[in-house]
Amino acid sequence: MNDIGGAIWVTVNLAATTTLCLLVIATPIGWWLSRRRNLFKDIVTAVIALPIVLPPTVLGFYLLVAMGPKSPLMDLLHPFGVRTLNFSFAGLVIGSIIYSLPFAVQPIRNAFEALGQRPFDVAATLRASKLDTFFNVALPMARKGFLTAALLVFAHTVGEFGVVLMIGGAIPGKTEVVSIRIWQLVEQMDWPSAHRLAGGLLVFAFAALLSLLVIDRRWSAQNDA
Amino acid sequence: MTIRRSFLTGLALLALIMPSIASAKDIQVAVAANFTDAAKEAASAFEKKTGTHVSLSFGPSGGFYSQIQQGAPFDAFLSADAERPTKLETEGLGIKGTRFVYAYGTLVLWSATPGFVDSKGAVIAKGKFEHLAIADPASAPYGVAAVEYLKKRGLYDAVAAKIVKGSSIAQTFGFIDTGSAELGFVALSQVYKSGKGSRWIVPAGDYTPMDQQAILLKDTPEGRAWLAFLRSPEGVKIITSYGYKVHTS
Repeated sequence: MNDIGGAIWVTVNLAATTTLCLLVIATPIGWWLSRRRNLFKDIVTAVIALPIVLPPTVLGFYLLVAMGPKSPLMDLLHPFGVRTLNFSFAGLVIGSIIYSLPFAVQPIRNAFEALGQRPFDVAATLRASKLDTFFNVALPMARKGFLTAALLVFAHTVGEFGVVLMIGGAIPGKTEVVSIRIWQLVEQMDWPSAHRLAGGLLVFAFAALLSLLVIDRRWSAQNDA
Repeated sequence: MTIRRSFLTGLALLALIMPSIASAKDIQVAVAANFTDAAKEAASAFEKKTGTHVSLSFGPSGGFYSQIQQGAPFDAFLSADAERPTKLETEGLGIKGTRFVYAYGTLVLWSATPGFVDSKGAVIAKGKFEHLAIADPASAPYGVAAVEYLKKRGLYDAVAAKIVKGSSIAQTFGFIDTGSAELGFVALSQVYKSGKGSRWIVPAGDYTPMDQQAILLKDTPEGRAWLAFLRSPEGVKIITSYGYKVHTS
């Protein structure tokens, strides 16, 4: 099949865009959640974790409705010439951000929590401002959490299927990702192409998980030394 | 541990119950998505008459074809085309001599917005829309017919970038029904009864006739009775009430 390259490009582009967006979005959320827990934060944590538990069809259904032309949310975008975000790359990015949100927030939050109070007390004695402390102490010390989050989000977005199936419309070069392409190839009984793409994804997923573990082991060893 | 144990107990119970759910009188039928409503009505009429419960699965014909090839446990298959049942027959997966056209499908250009589709289908050539929905031609015969029409009229290249594909004709209908796609090609049977929005029936000569064939996959009396029911006057009456044409001999 000639459009396999296009599907791979859309997938990589989607995963990279989602990863970048989520690192930005998840950092303040992870930071906020890592400081002092209370019931409200538990509720927020539960909401963020929903995509892990919900079937992608539930998420896909709500997104299809929310990004459809009759949705009040889309009414806000009508003045800018946007009728619907369904079947668009931007729509897929929004879907992927929600779908992968817990995979970004959790590692970042854990990394911040692991820092404890001491570095901040030290920074305070050195009269560092809060913002200064955040950027020059917290962020660098929590870098492992960010790397984990980035890898997980990227891999998880590549592995997305149900949400994309429901809101994507399989437009080649725009919304047709590798997982959708594989499904179509299976429906068409094109097993050789399906094998090649599926095998490629399998290798990718394994490599992503393995590198996570290796990074984790190396960094733990460094910290112990 | 207790959660795990009760889970396992639940599974064991389910395994005990399962065989009794699928009693000997039940049949499993794979149905092309365009025939969903007609099949439901026919199945309940058939059950009332014979006591045999027809369990229906809906999806794109192409998907069912590959599933049947991989041993899916269907008793019969109602496809949206003639090609796949014919293949199943020659491959020995369908029962020889049971294949017949249960309905002739009609392709229709449809929009959920009244007045959007004009009486000549010129709306496509004008191109004043963002998304045109079709069923994925890879697995859905109605998608093949839609592409065939667009190519025959020389419209395909102009609209190619606006085409969104539903995985089955049912999802395609949903795309249009929600307005996410302003218009699209669906089966007449999907819009025949509701009369919602605006529609234009694509001229029959502009695409290969949609001979929707059925074939028996497991030779059981119940399966044969089900196919016979679809050809009976009662079955034909239900099928034609959804806008399908039926060959009456």
